[in-house]
Amino acid sequence: MTTIHFSAQGISKEFNRKLIVENISFALGNGDSLALVGKNGAGKSTLAKILCGLLSPSRGSVGLTIDGTPVEYPGRMYPHIGFVAPYINLYDEFTGIENLSLCARIRNHSAAPGDRIEDLLRRFSLFDKRNDELRTYSSGMKQRLKYCAALLHEPPLLVLDEPCANLDEEGIAVVRAVMREQQGTGILIIATNDKDDLDYAGSIVTVERMKRP
Amino acid sequence: MTSMKRSITTTYYLVEKEILSEFRTRYALNALMMFVVTTLSIILFSLGGETVPADVLSGLLWIVIFFSAMSGLSRSFVAEEERGTVMTLQLMTHSTSVFVGKLIYNCLLALALNIFIGLAYQVVVADFVVRTQSIFWTAIILGSIGLASASTILAAIIAKANTKGTLFPVLAFPILLPLLLTAINATKMAADGAYFGESVKEFQILVSFSVVIITLSLLLFEHVWKD
Repeated sequence: MTTIHFSAQGISKEFNRKLIVENISFALGNGDSLALVGKNGAGKSTLAKILCGLLSPSRGSVGLTIDGTPVEYPGRMYPHIGFVAPYINLYDEFTGIENLSLCARIRNHSAAPGDRIEDLLRRFSLFDKRNDELRTYSSGMKQRLKYCAALLHEPPLLVLDEPCANLDEEGIAVVRAVMREQQGTGILIIATNDKDDLDYAGSIVTVERMKRP
Repeated sequence: MTSMKRSITTTYYLVEKEILSEFRTRYALNALMMFVVTTLSIILFSLGGETVPADVLSGLLWIVIFFSAMSGLSRSFVAEEERGTVMTLQLMTHSTSVFVGKLIYNCLLALALNIFIGLAYQVVVADFVVRTQSIFWTAIILGSIGLASASTILAAIIAKANTKGTLFPVLAFPILLPLLLTAINATKMAADGAYFGESVKEFQILVSFSVVIITLSLLLFEHVWKD
């Protein structure tokens, strides 16, 4: 099992001199899970993007260590992170299986990707729709496919922003099972307002909307 | 697998993705072909039976090439931004692989388009007689690579802006001016029947332009791509 250590030290983010996130710090290791909670617009998604290296923090630092080796932030973090969010999209012009094959090949994930793709498609009940273009998928099916793409490379760090958005009961059950599994092996971070999701969080960080005097 | 080999493999798949995506969506191809056909028709009708000197015809050729490149080459990054797939790419691979993948795709698109324009222009415009084909096609090939290089990094920059359509040619024109002037000069030399050796200076400028732009782009791209 990969030994992972993930930390945030004094993370702050400003957009156009407006402070969105201020001074967030935490440290997580294998088996830890964290929930980012806060009102709409408080900066949960911004913080999630910073943690995944999609946005740079204005102040503070993010550190990721895999098996004792520090990973360059943000440039070399992508092979170790799985991120699912409603605002992340896959390619509408490709089929479900093409999207996943593309993710696997671009990530250089050569370890039996075909079997892994098939397993994930079956798990998220998308196997029958695997050859349909993504444009024909419903928003819930697209969300399921995003999970397949995020879990394809078995990331030790899984970040979920609004994990159950657009999903039906069956989809939510599969996602909750994924969250439970992640708690057992790697690190799970969820940004959520759903109280049921908090059952899967070992600790909670409250992100508050900042107001400058 | 070594890091270099991984990057090359990733870049290959990114180029493949771009080509497959283009054939599925016809995002740039249809717009480019319509633009080329329209502009060539307008030039043909406006020239009528007039005899036009070679330097003017060379300039007109590169006007067609410049504006068709402006209408098509920005699509690679703008399409990712519009479809919301930028973050997907950011989560999958390193920024350098994305840039090189887009650059190779834009070079292929620009080469295909400009070779078509070069052929069509020679067929359609009767007064435009290329006496030294080697100079003409070398200028087209090097000019296409230069256009694609500058367009790729500019497209990445303007994809983040709200006024994408207008900003691209406005930013591109001053950057591409040295390339266009040199390419026009080389085209004129091809029409005048100069020897290949006489145009080496022009080709050196075109190659230098691409090398400088690509080097700067590789240094800048990560900053453009991430925030």
